[in-house]
Amino acid sequence: MKKIIGILACIVFFSGGNLKAGEIDVFKGKKGTINIAGGTAHIPVMKYVAQEIMRVNPDIKITIAGGGSGVGIQKVGEGLVDIGNSGRKPKETEIEKYGLKMFPWALDGVCVVLNKENKVKQLTSSQIQDIYAGKITSWKDVAGNDDGINIYTRDEASGTRDVFWKKQLNQGTIAQKANVVSSNGAMKVAVQNDPNAIGYISIGHIDDQVKVPEIDGVQPSQETAVSGEYKVVRKLYSNTKGEPSGMVKDFLNYLMSEEGSKIIEKYKFIPLKSK
Amino acid sequence: MNKKTLTENIFKLSGLFTVFLSLFILLFLFYFSLPLFKPDNFFSLLSFKWQPEENFYGILPMMLASIYISILATLISFGLSFGIAGLLIRNDLPKIKKILEIIIKFMTSIPTVIYGFIAIFLLVPLIRKIFVQGSGFCLFTAAIVLSVLILPTMVLLMGDTFRQVPKKYREAAVSLGFNKFQEFLYVVVPLSSYGIFNAFILGLGRASGDTLIALMLAGNAPQNPAHFFDAVRTLTAHIALVLASDTQSVAFKSIFASGLILFLFMFVISAMSYFLIEKRKIRQ
Repeated sequence: MKKIIGILACIVFFSGGNLKAGEIDVFKGKKGTINIAGGTAHIPVMKYVAQEIMRVNPDIKITIAGGGSGVGIQKVGEGLVDIGNSGRKPKETEIEKYGLKMFPWALDGVCVVLNKENKVKQLTSSQIQDIYAGKITSWKDVAGNDDGINIYTRDEASGTRDVFWKKQLNQGTIAQKANVVSSNGAMKVAVQNDPNAIGYISIGHIDDQVKVPEIDGVQPSQETAVSGEYKVVRKLYSNTKGEPSGMVKDFLNYLMSEEGSKIIEKYKFIPLKSK
Repeated sequence: MNKKTLTENIFKLSGLFTVFLSLFILLFLFYFSLPLFKPDNFFSLLSFKWQPEENFYGILPMMLASIYISILATLISFGLSFGIAGLLIRNDLPKIKKILEIIIKFMTSIPTVIYGFIAIFLLVPLIRKIFVQGSGFCLFTAAIVLSVLILPTMVLLMGDTFRQVPKKYREAAVSLGFNKFQEFLYVVVPLSSYGIFNAFILGLGRASGDTLIALMLAGNAPQNPAHFFDAVRTLTAHIALVLASDTQSVAFKSIFASGLILFLFMFVISAMSYFLIEKRKIRQ
């Protein structure tokens, strides 16, 4: 008996430091699993939230997988996961077919990224469009080195690609020679390693490993996205099949609570609920 | 029922099960690609342009890329495995032989993703620097790594056929004054020609079926490859990339056609190797 009390005391002691009386307390005493899949832009926030919840209550298991927005919608629609994330609004046909319920919780920008060694400091929208269409093929045409441009784009299921194509490329052509990578993380790795690369990622994924040029005179960032100066933005959605219930509901509520908003901000997204 | 017939029946049943499974896969693929065989769709699939945003859904570039990559990888690997397998039947170099055998057997157990992952950080920048063409994610890079992947399969298969050459032939050759190289080239190789070809075919099958390496290293650009250093997208990578898109779209449907083509391609390859083995049996 003493032993058990000792172990319990230890658990309370070690987890105690992270326990804040607050919104996360709803998870206390609950048990179960939440499976999450989909949009890769969502992953950092999802991971942090999941860790927080699992720290407060180790009986709850939360799994997080990527796959892209398409996968998120498809998997939640077919009942394979509890929450399907997407970086685009699910299409009408998808909402109807699966009976999806959407929860937009953050605003996110998508912006062009370059390798750190690239001299180019600013680009205009029309230059970006021409680069992606394959009309501009050398960096020297946009005030860079005399090197060929290596274009990177995302796969067809990507919500990031969707918003970039609509709002930055103005629904223009993406050249067939563009390399295709399958997540925000893979895009960052590719651009980081290729001195002549141009790619695009979610603002939440930007760090000092890559370089963000000024676009039409605006530095893409969380601030300029909030103020409306930077226009290539989208909402991040978490989708459920029908009304969420039980722990899934708690999870989404927590994400959109005061504490959740802080986590969202921490990862450079803009929480929608705090506005 | 005695034990022997029971085991026999179990084997027969599992054999039949496998046959039906493959048949069902074929039927399933065929059924789902049926809507694509309407004239309109069919010709849009058989084009060189894949730009889903503009309603171009051609998968010919992917077909070509699959064929180029697998053939190039098999050719590279074929040369290497031929030499290694030849070395492995020599009895006068026990140490090298032992080490090689251990390495080759170990290679069969390395997951493909490890090859891909390491190549992204080591081989891709190297190719980019040496050839100064594009991003380094290209047909050539993927083919090199694929050739490493299929190497053990080919070495083990070729080694087996080399070893099956009756000892008396080799001894006869030695007694006639052949040196090691002549013995290998004029006795062992001609007698194992079918096995060598078989290894080639199986290597080709394995190379064309691999997804991850092409997905990670070939660049996935849906373009018609003009040279070795172009980024390309194989059929397998295409399926992996498009699988996640909206299930109602034409893009999504194109993966069934890709699957069907791959299936038929593999079927032809396996059929070829099967008939070759049969032929060899008859000759013996």
